[in-house]
This record gives sequence, structure tokens and C-alpha cells, in this order.
Amino acid sequence: MSTTTESRRQAPIADLNPAEKALINRLQHGLPLVRQPYAAVAEELDLSEQQVLDTVGKLLAEGVLTRFGPMFHAGELGGGLTLAAMRIPEADFERVTEQVNSFDEVAHNYRREHDLNMWFVLATETQAAIANTVSAIEDTTGYPVYNMPKEQEFHVHLHFPV
Amino acid sequence: MSQLISADRLALDAATSTSAWGLLRLRQQLEQGLPLVPRPYLALAERTGLSEQEVINAITQWQNDGLIKRFGLVVKHRTLGYTANAMVVWNIPDEQIQALGKAMADVPFITLCYQRPRRLPDWPYNLFCMIHGTNRERVLTQLDSLIADHSLQHIQHSVLFSNKAYRQRGGRYVNHD
Repeated sequence: MSTTTESRRQAPIADLNPAEKALINRLQHGLPLVRQPYAAVAEELDLSEQQVLDTVGKLLAEGVLTRFGPMFHAGELGGGLTLAAMRIPEADFERVTEQVNSFDEVAHNYRREHDLNMWFVLATETQAAIANTVSAIEDTTGYPVYNMPKEQEFHVHLHFPV
Repeated sequence: MSQLISADRLALDAATSTSAWGLLRLRQQLEQGLPLVPRPYLALAERTGLSEQEVINAITQWQNDGLIKRFGLVVKHRTLGYTANAMVVWNIPDEQIQALGKAMADVPFITLCYQRPRRLPDWPYNLFCMIHGTNRERVLTQLDSLIADHSLQHIQHSVLFSNKAYRQRGGRYVNHD
């Protein structure tokens, strides 16, 4: 995945119809644990079960949704998880972005407006693998990595009403 | 006697390991997402050798245990118009971090709030909050009101807007962007 493709892909803002909006808002709060969960949601929203299935499928195919289903908490699964930052000079930014993104452990990578201008999340199979990955990124890029693992979680409320 | 016990234990292990295997398969299947069919838990049951009810019970249990952090859809928030994504970081005196962290957790427009280690001398901040908004002005206004409401004027902070997402992916929930 090249840098330019990624940044171009994020540009368009989806044009959603009312049923799509209603579904996105509803399904960010979970799916009922009943035998026919899509039918249950359809009834709540006054849609048909088939409409729910088709709409979610379409939004996934169009890339409006990243995925649909339960999200496991990476840390709770015994894996390693951390937030890391780097200070990369402008002239080197593109090269280092590609190098960092070539690591499978990099889950998110954002450019931010700060002296520390590259921020990414590392998710590894084991806790110990975090330190190795950090070292490997430092060796590959030639720049130090600031490793800032979570020490305490005060709040998670990631819902995006549309 | 001891033979009896070990026979029992073997039988028990056999029973547990069958279901443990099914649960492992279920977890792997779920990382790929929930099937888009009328009875998704039944579809998962057929793929894992569990029953539909066992699948539902396992997901319920994992949710209760916090292993499944959320169950629903994951949006590309930028595609939905949330393009002003600010990481607001604070240098909070250690003795105040519990109180302020909890206070910020109650602020409706803060989506995530974590304590992380300072990296001195370059990085003095130890509390990280995310505000996802549709435009920068609104996010900055929200931040001003947060500072006023909680008397944070004397606390060093910095606002890091993101201007490019180079990668956003994952079947696992990693709670940050």
C-alpha cells in the first residue's frame, strides 16, 4: 500500500442515504445476541432484514465501514499494544512512512502537527514483541521511536453519529 | 482409586479441549467479521463445530469479560466527515491525574482518554485525549470550554491535529487513531 494511494483514498466523504445513516448509527452500538440479529435491528429501524444485510454489505464494499463484527481488545488477548511517535524531518517523511508502514505490526499511522510528527499504533502477538518491533523500526529508519504504552484507561467512547 | 481419578480427568480434558478448540476457531472466525446472513451465529456454529447457542454464549461471555471491546461496526470516521481529529495532550501533575482523568472521561465530546508515560525532556505530557470533530474551529471551541469548565488554564497542553492517515486497518480493536 503506497502512501499516495492511502492519502487519496481518504479524501471523499461518503454520501449516505437515510437508511444507511440510521444503520451506521444503530450498529455502532452493537448487534443483539439473538438468533436473527439483523431481523431484530431491521424491526427497530423499520427496514427489512434483507435491506439491513444488503446495506451493511454495500457499505463494507465501498469502504465506508472498515469491518463489521466483534472487536477483540488486542491487549486483553495477551498481545502487545502501544502508541509510538517519531520526529521525522520533512525531506525524509515519505521514505520513513513507507518503511514504518511496511511493518505488519503497525495498525494506524497518522501524521500530526507537532515536532513529533509521526504517530502510530503497534499491535503485536506478544507483549515482548513490542520492544523488538520498536528496535527494528529504529534500525530500519535511523530515527528514535518514542514508545508510550497506555498506563491507565479513563474513557473509551468511540461513536461517530452521522 | 488414582486410576479412576485420572480417567475422570482425561474424560474431562477431552470434553474441555473439544470445546476449547471450537472456541479458538470461533475467535479466529470472528476476527474476520460477522457473516452477513440471516443467522450469523448459526453460520459460525457450522464453521466451528459449536452449537448456535454456544456461539451466542461465548460472545456474551467475552463481552462481559472485556475481551470483546465492542461488537458492531467499525467506521472509517474520516469517510463519515470526521476530518478534524485532535489528540489533546496534557502535562498533569501526578497527584491530580486520577481526578482530572475521571473528569475528562465525563466530557461528551472526548472519545478516548488515556494516561501514558512522559518521555522527558522531549515529551512532558502524560494524559492523552482524543476529540473527533467535523471541523477544527468546533474542536478548538470545545477545547476552550473544557479548559474553562475544569480550570485547566495553568496546565501545559498541546493540540496535535492529524492531517493524514497513512494507514487505518485491523481486525483487532486498538483504540487509537
